[in-house]
Amino acid sequence: MVPVSYYLILSGILFACGVTGFLIKRNIITIFMSIELMLNGVNLSFVAFAAEWKALSGQVFVFFVMVVAAAEAAVGLAIIIAVYRTRETLNVDQVNLLKL
Amino acid sequence: MTPNLHLWLIPVLALIGAAINGLFGKRFSRQTVVAVALLFSGAAFAFALWVASQFSSLTTPHIETLATWIRAGEFRADFAFYLDQLSLVMLLVVTGVGFLIHIYSVGYMWEEGGFYRFFAYLNLFMFFMLTLVLASNYLLMFIGWEGVGLASYLLIGFWFTKDSAAAAGKKAFIVNRIGDFGFLIALFLMIQHFGSLDFAQVARGASPALPGGEALLTTIGLLLMVGAAGKSAQIPLYVWLPDAMEGPTPVSALIHAATMVTAGVYMVSRSHVIFEHAPGAMMVVAIIGTLTALFAATIGMCQTDIKKVLAYSTVSQLGYMFIACGVGAFSAGIFHLMTHAFFKGLLFLAAGSVIHAVGGEQDMRKMGGLRTKIPWTFWTMTAGTFAIAGFPPLAGFFSKDAILFKAFTSTYGSWIYWAIGVFTAFLTSFYMFRQWFSTFFGEYRGDDRADFHGHGEHGHGGIHESPAVMLVPLVILALLSVCGGWIGSERFDKFLAPAFHASEFTPVVQHGAMGMGPDTVVPATPVLPTGRRDVEVSETLLTGISVAAALLGFLLAGQLYYRRRDLPGKIARALGGFYETVLHKYYVDKIYAAVFVKPLIEGSTKLLWHGIDRDVIDASIDNSADGAREVSDAVRHMQSGNIRSYAGWVAAGAALVILYMVWVGTR
Repeated sequence: MVPVSYYLILSGILFACGVTGFLIKRNIITIFMSIELMLNGVNLSFVAFAAEWKALSGQVFVFFVMVVAAAEAAVGLAIIIAVYRTRETLNVDQVNLLKL
Repeated sequence: MTPNLHLWLIPVLALIGAAINGLFGKRFSRQTVVAVALLFSGAAFAFALWVASQFSSLTTPHIETLATWIRAGEFRADFAFYLDQLSLVMLLVVTGVGFLIHIYSVGYMWEEGGFYRFFAYLNLFMFFMLTLVLASNYLLMFIGWEGVGLASYLLIGFWFTKDSAAAAGKKAFIVNRIGDFGFLIALFLMIQHFGSLDFAQVARGASPALPGGEALLTTIGLLLMVGAAGKSAQIPLYVWLPDAMEGPTPVSALIHAATMVTAGVYMVSRSHVIFEHAPGAMMVVAIIGTLTALFAATIGMCQTDIKKVLAYSTVSQLGYMFIACGVGAFSAGIFHLMTHAFFKGLLFLAAGSVIHAVGGEQDMRKMGGLRTKIPWTFWTMTAGTFAIAGFPPLAGFFSKDAILFKAFTSTYGSWIYWAIGVFTAFLTSFYMFRQWFSTFFGEYRGDDRADFHGHGEHGHGGIHESPAVMLVPLVILALLSVCGGWIGSERFDKFLAPAFHASEFTPVVQHGAMGMGPDTVVPATPVLPTGRRDVEVSETLLTGISVAAALLGFLLAGQLYYRRRDLPGKIARALGGFYETVLHKYYVDKIYAAVFVKPLIEGSTKLLWHGIDRDVIDASIDNSADGAREVSDAVRHMQSGNIRSYAGWVAAGAALVILYMVWVGTR
């Protein structure tokens, strides 16, 4: 049996990769993927704990997260396409109309 | 059932005049302004005369309540008007002399700017003064009291572009505020101990049987005297009155000679019950009056400005009135108040006419020989001068004689008051005739160019008599100054008696209360405070001495300022330092400036302004504003609009939370 801490470390690494990608990448698609990476990092810790404590609620959470992520991906990609159509760029630094 | 006289109309008439001229006068022609001002002040005078004609059918005091003003618990103050012999005399003096001075002002102020403003203020003054004398309680009186102070301030500073006039107005107002403070505390004490400010109720309540008794009444009396000293220019608060001469001359006549400055005498007389139960306060009143009379008269001797001489003379004469009040001879004080209103009003108006004639010059050294050039002014001023000097049978003789007689013989009196009073009468006579001789006799010493390039308030050339509109009031006042005393102090005393002895009381008899030596031993049997002491003195002798003093002053002034004009300079040089001191008004203004004004200004500037206002209050506001701006400046950069930097902050925040939890968990 793999100890739970291994899973958690992997989960942390995945999450940190996501955060880093989010912070340093300018392309919206990459940022989007980084968000997915963070979500999956969290999902991993959920299932790890669920297996550890023999509790189903962690698994259920993961399903929820996946559903929400799917919905988010649908909406997010739609937004990205809309942004690309109007701005003709996927660089977030150039999409700053809301800034004062 | 006493008839309703609608007394409130008298002050309100003047107020309407003030309101019309003050609000719309700017668009009126001069004629309209004059018509409004004279109509309403004349109507007030006519109404006052009508009230006087109805007076004999009234039961006094006649009180008319208009409306309730303040009701708080037990305390109650009304808009109520009070008419008795005392307020009737004041009413007639104020409206009568006031109306004459209104007429005179038409001529005197005709060419001045702000013509409508002048008459609006003058009517406003009449309103407040009439409120003061007709009020039926101290609170309403205080409204009038403050109001006349305001009107006085406005009129002294009438030529407000002149720095000295603006400063004089401020000085008058501030010095008066010091006195008002005492008055106000006296009112608070009355509310506390008598539960009312009504004249009648205060008179009923003021008895030595109260807790605190005589000490309380003495305190109230002294505080009232502080108020009176401020308004009536007595030591130590007299300093504003000479400066008040910066105002137009009719204002000096009306406010600073005939009416407003006598408000203190009226107030003390109105509070006679309190004073009669407080011999200590009475003595203070008499001493202040005596000192002021003497002190101001000596300063008056050295003044060269024609109006300043009259100003110090007013202070001195007010001192006489306070001597009368202080020895319990209130009716003699009011008698002198009335005759003084006539002759001092006259003297000021005549002085104004002289100033008018010589093109704005006020320095007597540059006058002289005006006797034949302005005969009407000369003759009226002569009447006023002889009246104030106390020559029989002119008005001033009767009233001054009554005061001096009472000062000697009253139970509260003393030969010291009398002696100083007579000496002051001599000084009065001297400085008035000094003015008379320097102005009207000898050679004209003025600058000839003044004839062609008039400066100051009047800019027409040539020495000329004033217009009839100014001479008529002069003549009327001159007649009053001559005949005003013929009523006689006895008859006047009898007339006023109901106002002064209406309250029943048993006088406090104290041996040696005056602390003035064996003279003051009071008979063991209770006497009225205005009763006679047990002194053997002939009234004729006392009268003879005061007339002799007046005559001596006349002769001396004639010798020095008519026959031997070189002598005054020599005498002044011989007196040296003393003359200098008197010439500089005993340096009182300088002492006040050094002792009170300068520390106040320095303290206010360094401690209150720089120390507290700027360094504490302003600094705390400024610093918190600066702090907020600096913090915002620093924090503002977080709101970059850059998504990744927001995310960075979120991540950093999350990292901080995790670190904290790790720290908490491992502790």
